Amino acid sequence: MAPVVQLKDIHKIYDSGEVQVHAVRGVTLELHKGEFMAVMGASGSGKSTLMNTLGCLDRPTRGTYLLDGVDVSGLDRNQLADLRNAKLGFVFQGFNLLSRTTALENVELPMLYGTGHGTARQIRERALHCLDIVGLSQRADHFPSQLSGGQQQRVAIARALANEPQILLADEPTGNLDSKTSVEIMGVFQKLNDAGITIVMVTHELDIAHFCKRNLIMRDGRVVSDIAVADRSLAEAEMQKLHAAEAQAKLTD
Amino acid sequence: MRFGSTIIIALRALRRNKLRSVLTALGIIIGIGAVIAMVSIGNGAKSQVEAQVASLGQNVITVFSGSINTSGTRSGWGGAATLTLDDADAIAREVSGIAGVSPEVRDRSQVLANGLNWNTQIQGESPDYITIRSWPVAEGSMFTEQDVRSVAKVCVVGKTVVDQLFPETEPIGQTLRIRNIPFKIVGVLSAKGFNLFGQDQDDVVLIPYTSHMKRITRRTNIASILIQADSPEVIDKVQQSITDTLMQRRKGRDQDFTVRNQVELAEAATKTTKTMTVLLGAIACISLVVGGIGIMNIMLVSVTERTREIGIRLAVGAHGRDVLLQFIIEAVILSVMGGILGVLLGIGSSQLISFYLGWPVLISTLSVAAAVSVSAVIGIFFGYYPAMKAAELDPIDALRYE
Ligand SMILES: Nc1ncnc2c1ncn2[C@@H]1O[C@H](COP(=O)(O)OP(=O)(O)OP(=O)(O)O)[C@@H](O)[C@H]1O
Ligand SMILES: [Mg+2]
Repeated sequence: MAPVVQLKDIHKIYDSGEVQVHAVRGVTLELHKGEFMAVMGASGSGKSTLMNTLGCLDRPTRGTYLLDGVDVSGLDRNQLADLRNAKLGFVFQGFNLLSRTTALENVELPMLYGTGHGTARQIRERALHCLDIVGLSQRADHFPSQLSGGQQQRVAIARALANEPQILLADEPTGNLDSKTSVEIMGVFQKLNDAGITIVMVTHELDIAHFCKRNLIMRDGRVVSDIAVADRSLAEAEMQKLHAAEAQAKLTD
Repeated sequence: MRFGSTIIIALRALRRNKLRSVLTALGIIIGIGAVIAMVSIGNGAKSQVEAQVASLGQNVITVFSGSINTSGTRSGWGGAATLTLDDADAIAREVSGIAGVSPEVRDRSQVLANGLNWNTQIQGESPDYITIRSWPVAEGSMFTEQDVRSVAKVCVVGKTVVDQLFPETEPIGQTLRIRNIPFKIVGVLSAKGFNLFGQDQDDVVLIPYTSHMKRITRRTNIASILIQADSPEVIDKVQQSITDTLMQRRKGRDQDFTVRNQVELAEAATKTTKTMTVLLGAIACISLVVGGIGIMNIMLVSVTERTREIGIRLAVGAHGRDVLLQFIIEAVILSVMGGILGVLLGIGSSQLISFYLGWPVLISTLSVAAAVSVSAVIGIFFGYYPAMKAAELDPIDALRYE
């Protein structure tokens, strides 16, 4: 089967006047349907830049990117927007929810653009369903300011799921969360992945990367390691361990 | 992208900033309110003047006696009574398309009746006078053509004269003494109110012009001639034909009369109110422009402040056009809601003005419709530039914006 994502010698050079920053220096990469990849690396190694390229938010300076066999470098601004709307779900670094807008309305957002998302009622139902997937249907009418960090992150995931994307891209989805909430989020991802969605996520934490099927390590804009995870952690089992540990802590208290 | 969901998006965005939305619209609210109030006052004044002009009668043409040239010294209009009864007869005889003619003679005099006295206007007229002026008698009847021919001592009195001289008794059939000559009251005119110049039109006694000329003033000239044309269409023709007839009778002498029709009088009278309406309207329009700039200002701030929001929208699939439309619709909703509130404010304040100051106000549906459409146009015009700035943002830059 043809890969969903094909990167060939991708370069990204930021040219801000005097200094040129070569953020990504020749990345070649294939992603198949159903993959679950963690991208790791030091700060400034080009992870977010790579993710933005994958997400069709930014154009590479050099190299080709085939998404579903289509060369995206030939697409204009609006075609890229339609592509993002139809095929990609993005969980941004930092939650990037609309403030003073309910969780439900935040999740509805991608369905208000593009075509074929149905009536207002269908959109609403789909948004509620997505909130249900991340376990937040009770909080549909809450504003982001009334939600915890983990809950906000889950709203962001629900929003990324709203238009049934083929690929979910998440830039540090557990960046600001405690370990238990992180495991919860990874549980959501594993479930989605089991349902057939291809996931790429950036993380700094090794144990979080261990929940993924494939680990990619970047340094100075290059891929230095690309390995399959041998015995990956399963969120459910980890949760149980955490609960047991908590109970232990309370007993000995 | 559907238009419907853009409206939903715009409404949601406005709802998030309720206070600011209201404050932004305030400029438009006040601007439109001012326009509506000003136009209402202007229209009210205009319609009042028009009503007064209409009270002159219908299709009325007046011939005024004019300037006289006494060995090089020219008096002004009305400086000499240069019109004669023969002139009036000639008009009645020779000009076609007229419904009535009344030679006029005026004089002020003390009148006595019922043991009371009162100084009033004594007007000599023909029986046509009340039809020409659309001024029916309320009681009794107008004197007749027969009374004119027989130089009868009969009169018809105005409402004010009745109030002053017959506070309790019935005036019809009573005797009114003008310069000691007894006149029998045969009719009472209906109330007509004040004229364009603020004079009480009801303070009058009408007598046949022959009686006025032979018994009261002993004059041979008349002050003016009132003529009623058959219809508005023939006014100009009749007016020209009157001038021709009179000039012919003057056999090459200078023109010593003026002919004016009602339309000219009305134009003169409404000129000031028109100027006032235009001035007030101009001031109100300036406030509208200021309101529009207010909207533009806030929309620009809003675009900068919501850069991240715009980035998110673009990232999840919004086209630049969607964002453009959203911000324009936001601006239009703001300005149209401001416009509607402004219309209410304008109606409210003009009602207050008419209540407390007693000025006549007239709210026209046209001005209301115009105000609302103008506010929509203001929204589009002043919202376009900020909206374009928003639409041109790059999604990545917008997302990174702090
Ligand atoms: N818009 C930009 N203009 C100029 N340089 C940029 C821009 N965005 C990123 N860079 C540079 O590109 C390099 C890679 O940045 P990137 O954001 O991809 O790093 P990262 O791996 O995501 O880091 P972190 O883990 O801190 O998020 C950095 O050196 C950064 O300074
Ligand atoms: Mg990053």
